[in-house]
Amino acid sequence: MTMEMPNLVPVLPEIVVLAMTCLILVVDLFLRDDQRDVTYLLTQATLVVAFALTWALGDDQVRLTLFGSVVNDPLSDVLKLFIYLLTFMTFVFARPYMKERGLHTGEYYVLGLLGVLGMMVMVSSYSMLLMYLGLELLSLSLYALVSLNRDSTRCSEAAMKYLVLGAVASGMLLYGMSLIYGLTGSLNVIEISHAIVRDGADLPMVVAVAFVVVGLAFKLGAVPFHMWLPDVYEGAPTAITAYLSAAPKLAGFALFVRLLAEGLGPVTAEWQQMLMVLAVLSLFLGNVVAIAQTSFKRMLAYSTISHIGFVLLGLLAGTNDGYSAALFYVVAYALMSLGGFATILYLARRGTEAESLDDLRGLNDRNPFAAFTVLILMFSMAGIPFTLGFWAKLAVLRALVQVDFVWLAVFAVVMSVIGAFYYLRVLKMVYFDKPVETAPLARGLDFRLVFGANGLAILGLGLYPAGLVALCAGAINV
Amino acid sequence: MSFEQILFYIFATVAVVGALRMITTPNPVHAALYLVLTFFNVALVWILLEAEFLGLLLILVYVGAVMILFLFVVMMLDINTAPMREGFVRNLPVGLFVALLMIVEIALVVGPRFFGLEVVSSPAPRPEGYSNTGAIGEVLYTEYVYAFEIAAVILLAAIVAAIGLTLRRRKGVKYQDIGRQLDVRREDRVRMVRMDAEKQQD
Amino acid sequence: MAETLAPFLGLFPDGMQPTLLILIQIALILAPLLAVVAYLTFAERKIIGYIQVRVGPNRVGPRGWGQPIADAVKLMFKEIVVPTKANRFVFFLAPVITLVPALAVWAVIPFDDGWVLADINAGLLYVLALGATGVYGIVLAGWASNSKYALLGAMRSAAQKISYELALGFALVGVLMAAGSLNLGDIVRAQQGNILDWYWLWLLPMFFVFFIAGVAETNRAPFDVAEGESELVAGFHVEYSGMAFAVFFLAEYANMVLISAMTAVLFLGGWLSPFAGTFMESWFAWVPGVVWFLLKAAIFLYLFLWFRATFPRYRYDQIMRLGWKVFIPLTIVWIFAEGVFAWLEIGPWAA
Repeated sequence: MTMEMPNLVPVLPEIVVLAMTCLILVVDLFLRDDQRDVTYLLTQATLVVAFALTWALGDDQVRLTLFGSVVNDPLSDVLKLFIYLLTFMTFVFARPYMKERGLHTGEYYVLGLLGVLGMMVMVSSYSMLLMYLGLELLSLSLYALVSLNRDSTRCSEAAMKYLVLGAVASGMLLYGMSLIYGLTGSLNVIEISHAIVRDGADLPMVVAVAFVVVGLAFKLGAVPFHMWLPDVYEGAPTAITAYLSAAPKLAGFALFVRLLAEGLGPVTAEWQQMLMVLAVLSLFLGNVVAIAQTSFKRMLAYSTISHIGFVLLGLLAGTNDGYSAALFYVVAYALMSLGGFATILYLARRGTEAESLDDLRGLNDRNPFAAFTVLILMFSMAGIPFTLGFWAKLAVLRALVQVDFVWLAVFAVVMSVIGAFYYLRVLKMVYFDKPVETAPLARGLDFRLVFGANGLAILGLGLYPAGLVALCAGAINV
Repeated sequence: MSFEQILFYIFATVAVVGALRMITTPNPVHAALYLVLTFFNVALVWILLEAEFLGLLLILVYVGAVMILFLFVVMMLDINTAPMREGFVRNLPVGLFVALLMIVEIALVVGPRFFGLEVVSSPAPRPEGYSNTGAIGEVLYTEYVYAFEIAAVILLAAIVAAIGLTLRRRKGVKYQDIGRQLDVRREDRVRMVRMDAEKQQD
Repeated sequence: MAETLAPFLGLFPDGMQPTLLILIQIALILAPLLAVVAYLTFAERKIIGYIQVRVGPNRVGPRGWGQPIADAVKLMFKEIVVPTKANRFVFFLAPVITLVPALAVWAVIPFDDGWVLADINAGLLYVLALGATGVYGIVLAGWASNSKYALLGAMRSAAQKISYELALGFALVGVLMAAGSLNLGDIVRAQQGNILDWYWLWLLPMFFVFFIAGVAETNRAPFDVAEGESELVAGFHVEYSGMAFAVFFLAEYANMVLISAMTAVLFLGGWLSPFAGTFMESWFAWVPGVVWFLLKAAIFLYLFLWFRATFPRYRYDQIMRLGWKVFIPLTIVWIFAEGVFAWLEIGPWAA
């Protein structure tokens, strides 16, 4: 039997991450509890190496390998680079928090890296099989991470909800995928799109698309499939929430693009309407319910839902401009969301979670640096002009207007204005209220550096967005 | 009707009846057993389709391992099913309506119009000497090798998660350390004492 | 075989002949098997008796040879007691579920070249799959008896069987890699040669793991915690009596014979002569293959009895440790080693 050896270079970063994960798993076994920083350093080194590899291998070519199931294109490179970056930052933010709570274990890093691997597979998969497997790898790691703190009933409850609803979502997605496979006879994204063009799409294909969209919406947390999201975000340890709010959204975005835009491109009209419903509901519910929250974590969760609505708006435009706007938005969102949860991690100490909005009162008096970063974050999330969030919203709205969805654009603007209220309320608390708590914020230099860099990135990209815009535009080539 | 068809109808009927009984029987252990019956018959249908490797694997993995663990849990838990059946009559009309609606919808969408024998022809029998196992192995380790590896990584993640969540070393509990037990030498345990015989006091 | 029976089969209509032939073959396998099982119980008592410097049964018939028959008659006439609140249907289903796979497995065992009832190409998987279904009998018996001892025995047994099935399966993967086939006849033919060419030598770790895991699979001493008469009275079959108990007994011994036969087929070259290719080949050329096969199986049957007379019972956690932390890693390492051998084209993997 002769077999052509597939080109493994495009999946080199995946191979390195997997090999290092296995190595860390074994090394961690021989470490004492007080030597856990070795695991941390190895994990961060892995991410840095993967970053360098992806950077070095990246060019504007589209390469298919492993029998057409894996794609290596600018989109996958950009998304992977951001995934490494966001995860790296998450681990920096998480370390002191996890240490204080006795959760600083090897499993945390191993599962985190396995999640990264899952995201990498999702991002560069051209086969439905790999999409599903990558998604499951990510989800499984996330379920385990959420339930990492076994002694907390809140964590267990969150993990249980996440697991059950996640399994339902996987089932939906899988059902839709198997219908598509049955109808087109292929798992490969390109062949699916060819088959649809050739045979046309009838009722079963619409049903299949509906199942796929529902499954993906579940995973991203779009309304009305959002029920798990606030509870999980609130219940999970904050460091885990930070992890699951940032990078996985990028991977989810990749699934939308690969499966809906590239694979099911010929039936865009069908999923456009479904996404429209999801987006409108998400924008409305996310922004309105967030106003009523007293927990900062929960507020950020609802804000996530509204941001997902915006990402969906960009996707449903169905044009290259729309996709690149959505990519721009999802990257901006991930940076802002990570910053938001990092703020909670900054405030948290041994014994307090600091996740209520009241804990932010008078932050300016306690720590002007943190307060200023929160200011940038909130301005950006609200979409105040000349912040990163503003450009992201603008790009999405522009893409919508281009395809004559003016009413949607108007609706989105109205919802953003409503949303601005609760973001600005946070700033009022930070700058104009008296502090309830006066203990100084104690976090190491690395935390403060990365936290500052996060804020600076949002500020800087807001002032000079051209680079990121060009990057996102170059990445999309459907 | 050929012999295969008769067999197919027997296996398929038992599988469907088993599945139905599985959701209607009140006793959870019986439900698990009906599910086993269904798995077994589905495996037989697969074997009829000349997918003997998958059929036997279904029995080996699902019947032999997964369902046994399931039974294990069900037997240990001693579930009280009475509260679950409360309000059955009250919710029945709504449930029936939804079920009927779904049946009609599914029939509309995935009816025989799209998947019947006219659309998808029945598979041609393989020549004698065809090995299902070899064919699966060939694609599994070539075309799908990446997916295969990722699936393995998912299992690794599951193992890490399961062990991470359940393994807790309690303080104050004595554990057996096999390595140390085996390392024991006679000198560690036995002390040879030379002493004079004691005189009996009287 | 079909030729020998041709005159007899000719008496029946054409359509019935294949079915009849198969029925005769089944009878030819099962009747001796049941006889072996009956006398295995006798051998067990005798051998353990001699090991413990006792005489063993010697009252019924000459030198006690009638003992198994007397036992069978006794069990047949005993009352079958069904415990109160026991689940009657499952209670009687359990022994049948235990026995049927133990007997059905014999369809794919090759006794000699071509002497096999069903020459299917996934024979090894078939054996494993039926072995896996055998667990149900024990678990159901334990549950249906409505007795704490029985339930505990069933739980132990289920956990133990699942754990050792993994090691057993991995050991089989080793054989599979060497033979390149799932068909048991092909596996024996791949071992062609003298005693040193059989797989026991190249797959020595697998050979040990397979047989020991096989002992554990049959719930025999020293892995008989499922019965554990000193703590669980008799484990899963504590509530069974009369013929219902006899069926469990039968299945256990049939499984012992099966594991011995499987070990002989997979690692000791089945029907092959140990002297093939050496100067002694012609001396033993007259011995039919089936005799070699039975002799090899008998060695392992003897080991079963020897183990029981020699080793104390493992503690439950020790069983789990042995299965998960010793056998499974050992087999995985050896599978890896086999891969390296195959790559370097050493041993039976050079192909």
